[in-house]
Amino acid sequence: MYPIVRKEKLADQIYLMDIKAPRVARECLPGQFIIAKMDEVGERIPLTICDYDREKETVTIVVQTIGAGTERMMALSEGDALEDFVGPLGCPSELCLEKNLEETKKKHIVYIAGGLGTAPVYPQVKWLKEHGIAVDVIMGSRTKDLLFYIDEMKAVAENVYVTTDDGTYGFHGNGCQQLEALTGEGKHYDVCVAIGPMIMMKFVSLLTKKLEIPTIVSMNPIMVDGTGMCGACRLVVGGEVKFACVDGPEFDGHLVDFDQAMKRQLQYKTEEGRAKLAYEEGNTHHGGCGQCGGDR
Amino acid sequence: MEGMVRVPVREQEPKVRATNFEEVCYGYNSEEAVEEASRCLNCKNAQCMKGCPVAIDIPAFIQQIKEGSFEEAYQKISESSALPAVCGRVCPQESQCEGKCIRGIKGEPVAIGKLERFAADWARENGIKPKKADASNGRKVAVIGSGPAGLTCAGDLAKLGYEVTIFEALHQAGGVLSYGIPEFRLPKDEVVAAEVANVEALGVKIEKNVVIGKSVTVDELLENEGFEAVFIGSGAGLPRFMGIPGEQANGVFSANEFLTRNNLMKAFKEEYETPIFHGKKVVVVGGGNVAMDAARTALRLGAEVHIVYRRGEEELPARREEVHHAKEEGIIFDLLQNPTEILVNEDGWVRGIRIIKMELGEPDESGRRSPIEIPGSEYEIECDTVIMSLGTSPNPLISSTTVGLDTNRRKCIIASEENGATSKPGVFAGGDAVTGAATVILAMGAGKAAAKGIHEFLSAK
Repeated sequence: MYPIVRKEKLADQIYLMDIKAPRVARECLPGQFIIAKMDEVGERIPLTICDYDREKETVTIVVQTIGAGTERMMALSEGDALEDFVGPLGCPSELCLEKNLEETKKKHIVYIAGGLGTAPVYPQVKWLKEHGIAVDVIMGSRTKDLLFYIDEMKAVAENVYVTTDDGTYGFHGNGCQQLEALTGEGKHYDVCVAIGPMIMMKFVSLLTKKLEIPTIVSMNPIMVDGTGMCGACRLVVGGEVKFACVDGPEFDGHLVDFDQAMKRQLQYKTEEGRAKLAYEEGNTHHGGCGQCGGDR
Repeated sequence: MEGMVRVPVREQEPKVRATNFEEVCYGYNSEEAVEEASRCLNCKNAQCMKGCPVAIDIPAFIQQIKEGSFEEAYQKISESSALPAVCGRVCPQESQCEGKCIRGIKGEPVAIGKLERFAADWARENGIKPKKADASNGRKVAVIGSGPAGLTCAGDLAKLGYEVTIFEALHQAGGVLSYGIPEFRLPKDEVVAAEVANVEALGVKIEKNVVIGKSVTVDELLENEGFEAVFIGSGAGLPRFMGIPGEQANGVFSANEFLTRNNLMKAFKEEYETPIFHGKKVVVVGGGNVAMDAARTALRLGAEVHIVYRRGEEELPARREEVHHAKEEGIIFDLLQNPTEILVNEDGWVRGIRIIKMELGEPDESGRRSPIEIPGSEYEIECDTVIMSLGTSPNPLISSTTVGLDTNRRKCIIASEENGATSKPGVFAGGDAVTGAATVILAMGAGKAAAKGIHEFLSAK
């Protein structure tokens, strides 16, 4: 069992949990993820690592409650435990590897975090700061109530630019518009790292292609095992099929086929919708539509 | 004629079982088992044993069943096999022990598999456990993977007194027995969990949720965690795809994904959260046991199912019993046919599959006649799901993170067949990680050989 040692609500529907997981805390690096399963009937849910403490043997995860599985998991409290917690999975970020440090130091880096993407961006920026590299961070969300970790990010980044789509906080606009504004003012970046919803990463990649800024994105497709076994997370990158769980999650944003990836993400929409409804409203869905298999 | 025909085994009616996940075969009861056992000629030079990869003393345990000494029969099997209730259900007996049975020359061979299953099931139902080692020798061995190879290797080493820890990447022990083979062929709680518990009863520890190569490396296990030897039985996990157009469409799954959702994550049960796609018309590509498992699972989830296989009936690599069961249940076999393209609708979902007919040419290097396309024979099958069951290859996660561990061209770990030794001292390997996708029993044979190899290696140290 993996105890929940701290739980906090960060924003509307967004929660943070510190999980005691000695093996993961010992080995994980920025860019990697974990898979958690709360109990016997729960799903295996891939989650990004937001922080880690090697001494306390804890890993910080940030979760948005978007379905029955995440809602049930976030209903747990400090003192409860997750039945399963495995990782670190995937490859660490190339920018946060000791062996690449000299190269990375030469680069001007901008991070663009969209929505929950702030969580996986944070440990990368923190790692770079600890290794003497200052980076800019654009962090955006739809609206003020969904923002989190602004102070934490300011403590580790050179400049933090906060944006909201509706203008309720910071720059009125999205990450792309903020990046264009910054480059328009004469800021120069050698690398952009964009992490957030696929649609946001797609538009950032389109923009940076135009601006000729090499771009890394972190893909979050549907997964089951997270070790390369099921192939559910396959993506087309530069015409080749890649598995996000073992080949990624980070890829060259200019090579990812986002349209296909976004279609694949909808694969279980019907089933997930049903599960969420059942969780929120109880046993009200009795099938009969003939579409979803609920009556079988 | 007397003794020519085996005692028939009771099974669930095909029409009934096609709608549930209960076990297909009920197995023998005591009377049936004793009667079938009495067909054994108790050959002096038993051919059946030569066909068994773990060399079970088959005539001996069958004689014990014949005499009604069921516990002794189980202990006799347990001397050689850690998973008899599994092997009795999933081994390809027709090409192993039963294939060599003298009875088979003029009639039906003795139902060795069903008798093995009977002894193991009887022992479980009567609370009989395998015999534990008298004392620990205090020496630690790590086993990677809790599938057939790992469980066998761990069990054998524990019987020799070693302190064995199995590291399992998933949240459940059993490897392919848990995620791959469906409930209706191999019940999970009743059989797999019980056999895993038997291995644990020998003193083996199982640490789940550890991905070797990520959570910890083989070198770290040897240097930091006090293990004197490591056995790699991590299986062949990476699914193959065909590389044809449309393969990334929604509704195209690897058999691994489809089966893992259903078996490991229990998506077929309402109370479990993991979703599975309920296709109306499903095409499974491939002809092995995994293809049969995927097809019969899709059928039970309510679909019309076609198996598309590029060779003919004779060449189907699946166990004969699985093909027979699949046909009885109403799976449609489209043989000597091969997909050329998956057809996709504007929303990105599968709407059909284009198939070309094949004929058999000259035998290839595997000895099987290779299929050749018949020009102009293409046609389309309308379907909403395609399940690719084309075999798997080993995961490079361990080989790429272990210093000095050699692999071959197919990414398989190079290991001695005789004792499992790899290019790295103290590191042994066996099962699908070495051979590529094969069978449960061959993996068990390799786990057994490696346990012996590890014992010899550590005894000499």
